[in-house]
Amino acid sequence: MELLSGAEMLVRALKDEGVETVFGYPGGAVLHIYDALFQQKSISHVLVRHEQAAAHMADAFSRTSGKTGVCLATSGPGATNTVTGIATAYMDSIPMVVITGQVQSDWIGDDAFQETDIVGCTRPIVKHSFMVKKTEDIPATIKKAFYIASTGRPGPVLVDIPKDLTNPAVTYEYNYPSKVKLRSYNVVSKGHSGQIKKAVDLLMAAKRPIFYTGGGVIQGNSAAELTELVRKMGFPCTNTLMGLGGFPGDDPLFLGMLGMHGTYEANMAMHHADVVMAIGARFDDRVTNHTSKFCPNAKIIHVDVDPASIAKNIPVDIPIVGPVDQVLKEMLEQLEKTDEKPDQQALEAWWKQIDAWRAYHGLRYETKPDILKPQGVIEELYRVTNGEAIITSDVGQHQMFAAQYYKFKYPRQWINSGGLGTMGFGLPAAMGCLVARPDATVACVTGEGSIQMNIQELSTCLQYNFPVKIINLNNQSLGMVRQWQDMQYQGRHSSSTYEESLPDFIKLAEAYGHVGMRVTKPEELEGAMKEAFALKDRLVFMDISVDPSEHVYPMQIKDGSMRDMWLSKTERT
Amino acid sequence: MRRIISILMENEPGALSRVVGLFSQRGYNIETLTVAPTNDPTLSRLTLTTSGSDRTIEQITKQLNKLIEVVKLVDLSEGAHIERELMLVKLKATGAQRAEIKRTADIFRGQIVDVTSSVYTVQLAGASDKLDAFLESVGDASILEVVRSGVSGIARGDKVLAL
Ligand SMILES: Cc1cc2nc3c(=O)[nH]c(=O)nc-3n(C[C@H](O)[C@H](O)[C@H](O)COP(=O)(O)OP(=O)(O)OC[C@H]3O[C@@H](n4cnc5c(N)ncnc54)[C@H](O)[C@@H]3O)c2cc1C
Ligand SMILES: Cc1ncc(C[n+]2csc(CCOP(=O)(O)OP(=O)(O)O)c2C)c(N)n1
Ligand SMILES: [Mg+2]
Repeated sequence: MELLSGAEMLVRALKDEGVETVFGYPGGAVLHIYDALFQQKSISHVLVRHEQAAAHMADAFSRTSGKTGVCLATSGPGATNTVTGIATAYMDSIPMVVITGQVQSDWIGDDAFQETDIVGCTRPIVKHSFMVKKTEDIPATIKKAFYIASTGRPGPVLVDIPKDLTNPAVTYEYNYPSKVKLRSYNVVSKGHSGQIKKAVDLLMAAKRPIFYTGGGVIQGNSAAELTELVRKMGFPCTNTLMGLGGFPGDDPLFLGMLGMHGTYEANMAMHHADVVMAIGARFDDRVTNHTSKFCPNAKIIHVDVDPASIAKNIPVDIPIVGPVDQVLKEMLEQLEKTDEKPDQQALEAWWKQIDAWRAYHGLRYETKPDILKPQGVIEELYRVTNGEAIITSDVGQHQMFAAQYYKFKYPRQWINSGGLGTMGFGLPAAMGCLVARPDATVACVTGEGSIQMNIQELSTCLQYNFPVKIINLNNQSLGMVRQWQDMQYQGRHSSSTYEESLPDFIKLAEAYGHVGMRVTKPEELEGAMKEAFALKDRLVFMDISVDPSEHVYPMQIKDGSMRDMWLSKTERT
Repeated sequence: MRRIISILMENEPGALSRVVGLFSQRGYNIETLTVAPTNDPTLSRLTLTTSGSDRTIEQITKQLNKLIEVVKLVDLSEGAHIERELMLVKLKATGAQRAEIKRTADIFRGQIVDVTSSVYTVQLAGASDKLDAFLESVGDASILEVVRSGVSGIARGDKVLAL
């Protein structure tokens, strides 16, 4: 029998869950926990400079590794600083366990020093949360937290622990439960075979089919099954922003991203399709455009582990509730057994049409002789990294250019905040990736706006030697905001520029102990980028001046159908 | 359309706020709400009435089912069911009004449960529209205070909502 304090139990429970790294920041309510962390060796701790970054790191650690990331913060301001990070993970269905300290039990409700009702604050943005009431409950609560976070539709789970429960002077017998059973939480483990059969039949009869796949394929580890299915059928495939890497970006069957900034061919193909098979995608408003005009002639198959995702925004003809990997495997098995083949003649005509769309307006941009285009920088990044880097991103135009122009080959290679669109995500995300994959090349594509939202983490990067390559597409403005102002507010740039107040990012990087590189001319880019990536052990901040007047195209026209797009500043469909 | 949704949930602090929070977060409305423990002390039964299109109701039930503490749920309005609400009303009762109120209460099978020289307190149970009808009959002028329990309900026949 082993006697442990609450703090020791927590640390031991994390170890028993297989946790190797915790991202966090100390404070009064978690000091007992920090002391317990200090006295053991199995779990290391990354000290961030702001708790928001700890949450993003844990989140990106999950996105990269498929394991559940953990962050730790003190009560009050420490806990509230994690809120944006929790909401970010929640919107993208990322498993994460957030541990917060709370004031001692008998002070709760008294407006005690650094007391906030963090369970209340985060209630709408967690999959579930716990306030631990008794020390003995800590192991079982941690077990449940990991189980809930990582199963079904994943999501963040918060565990709030009052300080007195971690008191080192009070010890209890430690038992880590081997299993959890929650009578009120049942995860669907299998899609309905009859529904899968119906889906196969519909796909076989389709004349203009398309696969539309999303983050569920990445989260559900089913990129291989998806790729096999798409190739077997010979149908076109498009990915959401969250689904990129789920199907190889350089495959001829791939149409690129769909949606608001999706490719012309992907959006046209969706609009004209007669069968749309959605897999682990949630018909987000950035994808569908006006729901009443969405895919007017299509029958829709929808595979999702969360029944609430199905028919939420768009009515569905064949719903399949189940985990993607199992459903796709069963689909492949059923295909194995049938002699039926897709309608080759119809497919040929469909591809001819798609190729014509590609030829008419595939992804393109105009170049200028004396100034770099952001799209060109991403293409260079793709070349220099051989298409093999993990790319994290912040939010804005640079994010869309990265999504469009870096052809992701693998799942978990593209790490970005889609649902919440959190500026400040990119740098801590890159750090979380490096904890999960220390040998990987990790680049953070960012903008001068976003990078300043968590720039303090440059200090953490030095402490733990995270050799992130920061690709700052510096357009001297909140470019995405400015684009909307150009297009909808007659160019009135209300508070989207900085009037010469931007810092010297090179000096800034150097002040934090890193390497800074400035690129202003097109001819400097290739050499500088190669040099930066050759510095394997150093963080390099590449501040790259790009055309400030550039817009992201295509761009769907609000309230239209998927095929209604601006294709450049002057052309629309 | 008006719906009566009945939920069995873990009898734990926080469970109720998650259910109620869901409605405000997602912009659904709650018209009435009642909650109390069941014969199994680990479970509470919560009954609420809401209204919305079929699609909204489908989302409401799906989202409720996702809450970890929700064990089981039924939309009672989908089948034959019994609906009851309890109401206590204080009414001005002086002079000729006293007899009139007594008569109205009798018609609605209400009981006068407390009396002063100027006030009757009437207790009434039934479906919500019956309680509405009673209030209408006595008229606003005589109503001093109204307290209603909110709707609770149960399916007719052999069907049960239990573990
Ligand atoms: C500036 C900006 C612009 C954007 N523009 C676009 C755009 O042009 N195009 C675009 O696509 N997005 C765009 N987005 C992102 C958009 O907001 C959404 O985040 C995104 O479209 C959602 O992707 P998804 O449908 O793949 O769903 P996710 O959020 O990835 O959700 C995954 C779905 O899969 C399900 N799921 C999870 N795991 C499993 C499993 N194991 N088995 C089965 N199902 C599972 C979940 O229940 C969920 O329904 C943009 C975001 C920003 C910030
Ligand atoms: C935290 C946060 N605040 C505000 C926004 C709204 N927003 C979206 S994109 C954007 C501009 C981003 O600027 P920058 O990082 O320089 O990227 P660019 O668009 O210029 O490439 C803003 C302000 C947001 N997404 N996140
Ligand atoms: Mg910018």
